[in-house]
Amino acid sequence: MPILEIDHLQKSYGETHILHDINISIEEGDFLVLVGPSGCGKSTLLNCIAGLEPISGGNVSIAGRNVTGVSPKDRDIAMVFQSYALYPTMSVAKNITFGMKVRGVDKATQDKKLAQVASQLQIEPLLHRKPGQLSGGQRQRVAMGRALVRDPKLFLFDEPLSNLDAKLRVSMRTEIKKLHQDLNASIVYVTHDQIEAMTLATKIVVMKGGVIQQIGTPAEIYNRPANMFVADFMGSPAMNLIPAKVRAEGGQTRIQIERPGDAPLVITDPVARNLPADIILGVRPEDIHEATGNAHLPGTAEGAGGDVMIDIVEPAGADTFAVTQLGGKAVTARLRAESAVKARQPFPLAFDLSKVSYFSPSDGERLN
Amino acid sequence: MTSKTMLRAGLYLILILFALFYLMPLFVMLTTSLKSLEEIRTGSLLALPRDITFAPWVEAWSTACAGTQCEGLRPFFWNSVLMAVPAVMISTVVGALNGYVFAQWRFRGANLFFAMILFGCFIPFQVVLLPMAQMLGLMGLAGSIPGLIFVHVIYGLGFTTLFFRNYYVTIPQELVRAAKVDGAGFFRIFWSIFLPISLPIITVSVIWQFTQIWNDFLFGVSFSGAGSQPVTVALNNIVNSTTGVKAYNVDMAAAIIAALPTLLVYVVAGKYFIRGLTAGSVKG
Amino acid sequence: MEWLERNVPKMVLAPSFVAIMIFVYGFIAWTAWISFTKSRLMPKYDLDGIGQYERLFAAPRWDVAMNNLFIFGGLFIVISMAIGLALAIFLDQKIRAEGVLRTIYLYPMALSLIVTGTAWKWILNPGLGIQETVRGWGFESFTFDWIIRPDMAIYVIVLAAVWQASGFVMALFLAGLRSVDGEIIRAAQVDGIPTHRIYSAIIIPTMAPIFLSAFIVLAHLAIKAFDLVIALTGGGPGYATDLPATYMYAMAFSRGDLGQAASSAMIMMMVIFAIVVPYLYSELRPRHDK
Repeated sequence: MPILEIDHLQKSYGETHILHDINISIEEGDFLVLVGPSGCGKSTLLNCIAGLEPISGGNVSIAGRNVTGVSPKDRDIAMVFQSYALYPTMSVAKNITFGMKVRGVDKATQDKKLAQVASQLQIEPLLHRKPGQLSGGQRQRVAMGRALVRDPKLFLFDEPLSNLDAKLRVSMRTEIKKLHQDLNASIVYVTHDQIEAMTLATKIVVMKGGVIQQIGTPAEIYNRPANMFVADFMGSPAMNLIPAKVRAEGGQTRIQIERPGDAPLVITDPVARNLPADIILGVRPEDIHEATGNAHLPGTAEGAGGDVMIDIVEPAGADTFAVTQLGGKAVTARLRAESAVKARQPFPLAFDLSKVSYFSPSDGERLN
Repeated sequence: MTSKTMLRAGLYLILILFALFYLMPLFVMLTTSLKSLEEIRTGSLLALPRDITFAPWVEAWSTACAGTQCEGLRPFFWNSVLMAVPAVMISTVVGALNGYVFAQWRFRGANLFFAMILFGCFIPFQVVLLPMAQMLGLMGLAGSIPGLIFVHVIYGLGFTTLFFRNYYVTIPQELVRAAKVDGAGFFRIFWSIFLPISLPIITVSVIWQFTQIWNDFLFGVSFSGAGSQPVTVALNNIVNSTTGVKAYNVDMAAAIIAALPTLLVYVVAGKYFIRGLTAGSVKG
Repeated sequence: MEWLERNVPKMVLAPSFVAIMIFVYGFIAWTAWISFTKSRLMPKYDLDGIGQYERLFAAPRWDVAMNNLFIFGGLFIVISMAIGLALAIFLDQKIRAEGVLRTIYLYPMALSLIVTGTAWKWILNPGLGIQETVRGWGFESFTFDWIIRPDMAIYVIVLAAVWQASGFVMALFLAGLRSVDGEIIRAAQVDGIPTHRIYSAIIIPTMAPIFLSAFIVLAHLAIKAFDLVIALTGGGPGYATDLPATYMYAMAFSRGDLGQAASSAMIMMMVIFAIVVPYLYSELRPRHDK
């Protein structure tokens, strides 16, 4: 039985459609991340799951119960907010127990649960402080504590790390992941940060303009993006999207890419593919390698690369990024740190054609 | 002396002259109220009293004639208290709830209604004077203190709503959302979360409303009866009563008595008074 | 239950909604209606065209009242703004005892206009007031009897009103001065721009919205001014200091001429709306709930 099932959900304000035909289903213990640029509707979708926003069509079920139209308090959920939303005049302890108090849980149980959660999150010394006296990271913990005492069927996180500084964000990310594993909790998590999405999720939903672009595991999303938007949005540096021409030749596919100041680069995919004449070739920076004389790379057996003029070299410690111009686009390759690549000099590069994506230039959809 | 220090000296001189300009009427009121009529006639307006007398104060408080009634300001002072206290409380409570809805529980049409309320803050009250007189008659409240309370609550609502709305709108909506997930309802959230942080704005609202209502003259003179006149109306009647000798010292004592409550509020809570003035006038 | 939960906010607003609809908008409509009838002592409801407005504009007393409104309003607004701005800039020069001075400048705003009127009436009375005092100092020919001169009495109202409100304008401007980004001022100082140029070229232009607010508040006060005239001059000498507000009151409650009262009130409202509506519109439109 899915812990959360969203079925043909629609959301509109008057004539403006915010969410179009959303269908998502996750199992118990799943960590679902809704990711997308701001304004893509991910937070609205989360609020619809919570019951904080009414929906205009479709159904939401939590643990097999249709909760469409049910108020948030009766959905057996807990939520952590971007601003933490701690009640400013209540102490940390009161913040955590407020929900239980409202629901009429007896005092002994309240105290027991409070103690348990406080020790789990290591916030015992803070219990008598007011939110105003806490640091950002401490507030974050209290907000999670308030959700944990609820012991809900489903946790909802609305960009919980976006107000923290970079370092704290990474450590809290690890902690959230650990919490998920320890509790085997079911979580829906909203973020605009694709790294957070990749590191935390068991399942990712990429959204844009109120429409789901792709649902899949982090690996699926990363390796087989469903369209150019997903390809571009997930991964850093982003996937290179290179305009190219294709022709089939004796059971192979020849791909021709414009190269400034030189004849077009022609590479050969040994597999026969049913592709239109114009395509966008999607290749991740780490799938562009230094071409060595005897290529071992799959798909590079027969001239899958060639010399290109390198424009910029960016050493980044573990890797060195080299930027060149192909098909009228800046193309980034992620090379080994010790690579001999130099700016303003030609350098041999090869594509790992087993990992590339082909997109249609007209609608951006994946073709292979 | 360098030109710089001369400039500073000139600056202070101007500032002090203005201070004297603002203080002069208060000074004149106070000294006049402590002089005998004889001394007023013979002495200078700006001179300190030679023989301080409190008789004008006693007369102003308990025996001065306002029209035909010669009981001083006292009964009217209490009328103002009886009128202002409930009107301030009711309009603040209603304004707080209204502001809470406008800031945190918006619904379709709420913005339009808020604009309509805001608009109501600016109408000249002359335009409602006639129908209100009729309406109070119909409701059986004409010439009574409850009638005045009613009028002040109605026309004070705009400002109190505005105060609370603008205060609550700075509080993130996520707070209400968190409380909803925690299971709290409309009133519970107001009571446990919003009310405890509202003390500053309640102070602003109470002070603003009290000052407005205490100082009101138009509604008082239009809608009060012989026994329900507020202190401002009575003061005007005392000053303009034509019977007997003109007792300037009594007039001044009466004026100070009428001004005392709001002056006191200003001295004690000036910060909130200014916030009310600026919030009420500047931000929509 | 769910329905109740959803609609509690609307139900909380409902009484205020009804009250505003009746007691503000309904009453405006009622007054507007009466202004188009032949109502005298009692309201009549048969529409009769614009006769009341014709009578109103033909009445010499209304003419005086409108003239006074423009003289009083214009001077009151300009002088209060000038004094308020000057005091604010002066106080902004790291003045010792700024708090005390501010308190002194602003306290008149806490007073009832009836009190203000009473005090100034006494100070300005020619027999025992300021005129007599100055004469007592040896200036035998000093004359300051505006309050009893029909051509000058309106300026006395201006004086008292400025005394009451200019401190408030000062407070508005001072808050505005203080809210100007300190970095801009420091940048100007580093560039070697003299203080008076920093004010005239940088700070004051950024305070345009405050000028607008101050103007709105003062205009609004001027049009509503009623108490001050009643306490200070009673509208006299004769009706030399009548304002639309006192005219309306006289028609409504002493002359028993509801039609004239209603039409004059409508004109007042239109004058205010002409000023306030564009302001409210601009305040409510672009900003998204700061």
